[in-house]
Amino acid sequence: MTFHAKKLLTIVTEAVLEAPLVKVLQQLGAHGYTVSDARGGGSHGVQGGGWSFEGNIRVDVVCDAAVAEAIAAHCQQAYLPHYGLILYVSDVGVLRADKF
Amino acid sequence: MTLDPVVLFFLLGLFAALARSDLKLPPALYETLSVFLLLAIGLKGGVALAKTGSPQVLLQVLLVILLGTLLTLLAFAVLRWRLSRVDAAATAAHYGSVSVVTFAVAASFLARQGIEAEPQLTLFLAVMEMPALVVGVLLARLGDRQQLRWGQLAHEVFLGKSMVLLLGGLVIGWLAGPKGIVSLSPLYIDLFKPVLSLFLLEMGLLTAAKLGSLRRQGSFVVLFGLLVPLGFACIGLGSAYAMGLSAGGALLLATLCASSSYIAAPAAMRIAVPEANPALSLAASLGVTFPFNLLLGIPTYWMLTQWLYA
Repeated sequence: MTFHAKKLLTIVTEAVLEAPLVKVLQQLGAHGYTVSDARGGGSHGVQGGGWSFEGNIRVDVVCDAAVAEAIAAHCQQAYLPHYGLILYVSDVGVLRADKF
Repeated sequence: MTLDPVVLFFLLGLFAALARSDLKLPPALYETLSVFLLLAIGLKGGVALAKTGSPQVLLQVLLVILLGTLLTLLAFAVLRWRLSRVDAAATAAHYGSVSVVTFAVAASFLARQGIEAEPQLTLFLAVMEMPALVVGVLLARLGDRQQLRWGQLAHEVFLGKSMVLLLGGLVIGWLAGPKGIVSLSPLYIDLFKPVLSLFLLEMGLLTAAKLGSLRRQGSFVVLFGLLVPLGFACIGLGSAYAMGLSAGGALLLATLCASSSYIAAPAAMRIAVPEANPALSLAASLGVTFPFNLLLGIPTYWMLTQWLYA
């Protein structure tokens, strides 16, 4: 079995950003994404997720390195100054390269 | 007078969270209950409007929009004394806007005493949410106009969940009328108070969670959260008297003025004014003003109403 090298970009951020973020992902060339509700704690305190707007989301995107960089650059410029946001990239292998 | 049992549910939630009980309602239930409450309030108001609505209501709606704008500006002026412009603007938007649950508790307070209020108060509830959000964003953005995304703000303000459900319920109730609503009333009318009690249990849990962050915000926020509702309630009472509303209507309008938003406004401000500190506005609105209105505010506003209408 051969796996094709791709990047897995994971963003954990405030739930209010879901709609604008998803729009940007598609504009920047991501072919798909997965959003899930998330709970956790960090420098912005504990995010209990009791409210729809107080909760956190985790967005996973599998894409090319260039797309991952473009998304990361956008997040850094548009969201990092004022929103709680964590972003990391990892190397993954995918079965069907044409899907991403 | 004894406390309304629905308020006791709020106290139960507050106690449970403060005593670190493991009580927690699933977020999906909270969402469902809020959808129910908004629809039920809208429907009830719509049916009543269909029965007794008069064209005078339109003029009153305009006055109420002005009132919401005025309250936001007033709150901003007071807050600006101690807070930065963006924080003052975002918090002012919370206080110019309204709390649906506080309104529901005031309506329940009236119902327990068998006092009627004008049906258009539900319409006031729906329209008073909007001006504060717009004015709050404008106040925060004075000077740097290029940053303002009008389309996004309009979408947030006019198509937010609470607006769609409240106005949608009003229209459905108005179209259906008293006869058409009969088949729906077992759920939306008869079950209103039991559902409100469950919702208030959740509100108690959430309020307790905010009390912790209140300590970090300082005494100015606490004083603001206690005194501004009283002042705003008086403005509301005066306006209701001038508009010729009944005593029941006056209590509801005073409560609307005194209440502050903790659902629509925080979400809208987080998107439109991200530099503002959301913990500060929410601590004041949910940690101070909401419990104050529920426990002491509404009975006090009623005393003032009776004094004014005597």
